[in-house]
Amino acid sequence: MSRIKSPAELEAFRKEILAQRDPDKPCITLCSGSACNATGSGKVAAALELEIEKQGVTTEVVSRRTGCHGFCEQGPIVVIYPQGICYLKVQPEDIAEIISETIKKQKIVERLLYVDPNSGERATLEEDIPFYKNQKRLVLGSNRKIDPRSLEDYLAVEGYQALTKVLFEMTPEQVVGEVKDAKLRGRGGAGFPSGLKWDFARKAPGDQKYVVVNCDEGDPGAYMDRSVMEGNPFAVLEGLMIGAYAIGANEGYIYVRQEYPLAVANLTVAIEKAEEYGLLGKDILGSGFDFTIKVHRGAGAFICGEETSLLNSLEGKAGEPNARPPFPAIRGLWTKPTNINNVETWANIPMIINKGAAFFSAIGTESSKGTKIFSLVGKVNNTGLVEVPMGASLRDIIFKIGGGVPGDKKFKAVQTGGPSGGCLPEGLLDTKVDFDELSQAGAMMGSGGMIVMDEDTCLVDIARYFLAFLSDESCGKCTPCREGIRQMLKILTNMTKGLAKEGDIDLLFELAEATKGSSMCALGKTAPNPVLSTLKHFREEYEAHINEKRCPSLSCKALIDFYIDPEKCKGCGACFRKCPAEAIEGGKKRIHVIVQDKCTKCGGCHEACPAAFDAVNILSGVPVPEATPEEARAIG
Amino acid sequence: MDIGKIDQIIDKHDGEASSLIQILLDIQSENHWLPKEALTRVGEKLEVPMSRIQHITTFYKHFSLSPKGKHEVHVCVGTACHVRGAERILDTVQEVTGVGAGETDPDLNFSVETVSCLGCCALGPVIVVDGEIHGNVEQAETAAVLTELKQAETDEVMQQCACE
Repeated sequence: MSRIKSPAELEAFRKEILAQRDPDKPCITLCSGSACNATGSGKVAAALELEIEKQGVTTEVVSRRTGCHGFCEQGPIVVIYPQGICYLKVQPEDIAEIISETIKKQKIVERLLYVDPNSGERATLEEDIPFYKNQKRLVLGSNRKIDPRSLEDYLAVEGYQALTKVLFEMTPEQVVGEVKDAKLRGRGGAGFPSGLKWDFARKAPGDQKYVVVNCDEGDPGAYMDRSVMEGNPFAVLEGLMIGAYAIGANEGYIYVRQEYPLAVANLTVAIEKAEEYGLLGKDILGSGFDFTIKVHRGAGAFICGEETSLLNSLEGKAGEPNARPPFPAIRGLWTKPTNINNVETWANIPMIINKGAAFFSAIGTESSKGTKIFSLVGKVNNTGLVEVPMGASLRDIIFKIGGGVPGDKKFKAVQTGGPSGGCLPEGLLDTKVDFDELSQAGAMMGSGGMIVMDEDTCLVDIARYFLAFLSDESCGKCTPCREGIRQMLKILTNMTKGLAKEGDIDLLFELAEATKGSSMCALGKTAPNPVLSTLKHFREEYEAHINEKRCPSLSCKALIDFYIDPEKCKGCGACFRKCPAEAIEGGKKRIHVIVQDKCTKCGGCHEACPAAFDAVNILSGVPVPEATPEEARAIG
Repeated sequence: MDIGKIDQIIDKHDGEASSLIQILLDIQSENHWLPKEALTRVGEKLEVPMSRIQHITTFYKHFSLSPKGKHEVHVCVGTACHVRGAERILDTVQEVTGVGAGETDPDLNFSVETVSCLGCCALGPVIVVDGEIHGNVEQAETAAVLTELKQAETDEVMQQCACE
């Protein structure tokens, strides 16, 4: 195929693609996102290819490796269209049956269906699974239908319609106006109105301007951007080009974390394909608009998610922030006006242009429009990526979509917003996902990490964990951030080790205020949030650590001891065999005893003890009872 | 590392100073670490002072200025893995390999690194051994995977000794 030179040629090409596709022909899609690849999607794909050939159905069925479907807990995932039959945890040996039964005889392979853990009912179709049923997948929706490396697939789902519309029917002012009217707010964390940001860059003086995609998704526990970039890179490219046209840029950069090799690979292929077809380069579709893109891999620095740091890194320098103002819209990359948005923000743009600002702004709450993707992880049954309309409650996301907390554990907190965010307790579960409402509650929207914690999670340790992460990632350029975080971390580490002093909480507040108020960039300004939000909602846990040297969640290693209850021990020896430190004294039909000096507190004995005996206790804040004397250890 | 290979990488990026990070990343992925000769060569060709190269190679976490072990073990300590017990997995890795986070053993058999999120949160806790992701690992499984590798290394050494 040669370059496409006009909108008419593009439409003709699209018609040709659609004409070759029979919507009623069975199409087997297989999720090939990073998580499914880790659980063996590659082997399933090979088996699929082999079996299609072997059973002689090459002409009757289409197979496609797609991006992330979102239900990562249950991968590898196979969905068969047009019906949408969804098979979970598919292994290579299941493929023969899928083809011989479902494709040839239209019969369902029952054992691969989703089973509701509460009702025991099976769900045949993707849309019947509660995890999917309660979502609104406007941005992620195409992921499961297209091969991320196929331009044809993207064109088949209305790809590049928005770009054509913008280039031939709209002025740059109208494009900015549309994004403003849609009331789209940046999905990277701060939630700044995107249309306004575009307008600043458009109006900034200068001939040379740049647009940048921020895919330096550094929040631990968040992978929304990766899935969009891996699964639908053309949508990001199209959004970026629309933005470039609107602000008057001809060069774009995509900054991707080096830890996301599949995203880089798929994106690179997508760029090559777009260049080949003339959807990148000079005089795109004959409109006179030129645009080129460069991919820049990050080298492992969380701070590069901050826009000025990212721009410094793009220039080949260390990713340290600059003071703002001037904002990048005025003085950005190579000192030129630059508009930088997050992956998810860019991926929303084609939809806004295609369906209109009114469609988009009708979804969501007064101040937050559209949908938001969250990575729902941690102690939750249905881990994965969920996309919900703004205004959905945390409770609905965690319990209706996520299926609640595993086992018979109790929900304790949910952490949103990554290291800059906060932890919310059960009492605030009816909070709606909305930029302002989450901030008022003491957390923040952030880029979309949502980590569920149960009663076994210690919130003091979580605060320490985030501060340790931030202390490691602080670039060190400004003192309040570098030193403030380090001092707070010291105090928190002491608390988890039982070395805290009275007055430490007050000192934490004081340090938090100073760090928040005087750090240069958002990393330092928001670093105290994990401490402040846990202090606000879980102060009693801090007090237990300080005053009683007790960890209520029985998780801080220095504050717990393992002890075998002599009344309950049946002398089965399970703990004895599991102990890697040889810290257990046992023997046949004898009460087992942990030698406290040797114990490394790995918890192996606690896991090994049969539930029916439940003899291994975890103690905190109380002395370990004297061990049963040797002569009294015989049982029965 | 072969100078010709370094030049090739530099040329691929048109020898632009702004591509410094990209060039270093390519050298790192080719050679697993950044030897001093490589850095000197990059500095000469791009006309960038060594102080800036040092700044960059120590600022970004992905770069290593010392040789890596034959087997690279990455333990994910992202938030999702943390709440699912990553710390204990890290302890196990250290117990089995004798190598702590950020370290390499003197025989260059194992390098252990922690990473903050690989984006496979559904599979947490996650470890990556020589590029292969192991999900939902327990302490016992982690130990088994690493013990096998360690045994293979010991066998190899024994065999070499026997030959000599």
